[in-house]
Amino acid sequence: MKKYQCIVCGFVYDEANGLPDEGIVAGTPWVDIPDDWECPECGISKSDFEMVEMVA
Amino acid sequence: MAMDDILILGSGLAGYTLAREIRAIDTEIPLHMITADAGDFYSKPMLSNGLQQGKDAEGLISASAALMAERNRLTIDTGCRVTGISDVQRKVITEKGDHEYGSLVLALGAHPIIPAMGGDAADQRSTINSLYDYAWFRQRLPAPPAHIAIIGPGLIGCEFANDLLIAGYQVTLIGPDPYPISTLLPEATGKALEQAMQKAGAQWRLQQTAAIMEQADKGYRLTLTDASTLSCDLVLSAVGLRPEIALAAAAGLKVARGVVTDRLLQSSGTAIYALGDCAEVAGHNLPYVMPIMHAARALAKTLTGQPAEVVYPAMPVVIKTPLHPVVVAPPGSGVAGDWHIEQHDKGTRCLFQAPEGGLLGFVISGGFMDEKQALTRCLPPVLAASVYT
Repeated sequence: MKKYQCIVCGFVYDEANGLPDEGIVAGTPWVDIPDDWECPECGISKSDFEMVEMVA
Repeated sequence: MAMDDILILGSGLAGYTLAREIRAIDTEIPLHMITADAGDFYSKPMLSNGLQQGKDAEGLISASAALMAERNRLTIDTGCRVTGISDVQRKVITEKGDHEYGSLVLALGAHPIIPAMGGDAADQRSTINSLYDYAWFRQRLPAPPAHIAIIGPGLIGCEFANDLLIAGYQVTLIGPDPYPISTLLPEATGKALEQAMQKAGAQWRLQQTAAIMEQADKGYRLTLTDASTLSCDLVLSAVGLRPEIALAAAAGLKVARGVVTDRLLQSSGTAIYALGDCAEVAGHNLPYVMPIMHAARALAKTLTGQPAEVVYPAMPVVIKTPLHPVVVAPPGSGVAGDWHIEQHDKGTRCLFQAPEGGLLGFVISGGFMDEKQALTRCLPPVLAASVYT
């Protein structure tokens, strides 16, 4: 499981946890999140490819 | 220059987001940017949690100015200050000559307020509102456990305090407020944050301000309005931001708190628009990331020939204080309703409800963060779609 960080606001998407509040179940890989998904904290869209894999 | 050329002033999140949104619609329209800065793209919200992330100023840059120019097919003048705008002649005046435009976008941001203060070291206060400021702050920041005094216990002051505490610094927060972030939070939430940060070592000197800042043998000495003093190694001032309106005002554009625009983001000038922290859009000056995203998408459509009014949904603001996280969605100013406040061991849950019961705003903190999405869905939009569109 990987973590991705929004480079605009710092929000972290953790594949292990998913985002159950948004209907994204725990364990959902980043690639399976729809392209029209937006960062819940800053609103940037996934298709703008602003999430980067975290090293840690 | 052709009349469709778009000139963006400012290379912050607003300017670059607009450029990207325009390019998503139109790959040909000429785009030019002028910035007084170096033009590197960085994460602004991460300035206040860079220590936790192990990032210095360089580490927060995700793309250089040259890369941003290439990606967005724009030309950019960096290190170039604009000194005037002629609405009639459709040109800006810069230190390096005049520049004509078809449409002009002011994405100039805001600057920190620096209140008057006595003492021989008052000019040594640090402020942080840009990557430059952050680089300078990190350069001056001694190793932990140095003592950092933060003037201004608001949103930004508390975020920096939390970041410094986690990194092992001693932190004292000073300000006239009765409790932290008092302009946005109900007292119960502010107090919960105050206590959580105090447990982590924060010292609070509330209901007073720093009056004098003097050089001491080691570091600085602050004298507060109650005549008490404190010694510290560095002083960070975070008392608030003022939208950058001087250029617009000098050009004769209508300004209030920010550059006044309608819902098309158009100022009172002929082909001059404003976006981001410098703008006051239909009465709203919202210096946060999400409003920029919505406004930039609408403005990109308008500038490429399909006029689109900005629509702001409910946009809760996440306050990055992991010691006691907070999400705030303030009710609109002047709307009727009452706060219903719950205090629990794990955090606070405050709902602002209309007399007939509808949710108009909320503040949640601590262990209630997982309710953010559900509560947000119940809120009315900040700026609803106009009935005419």
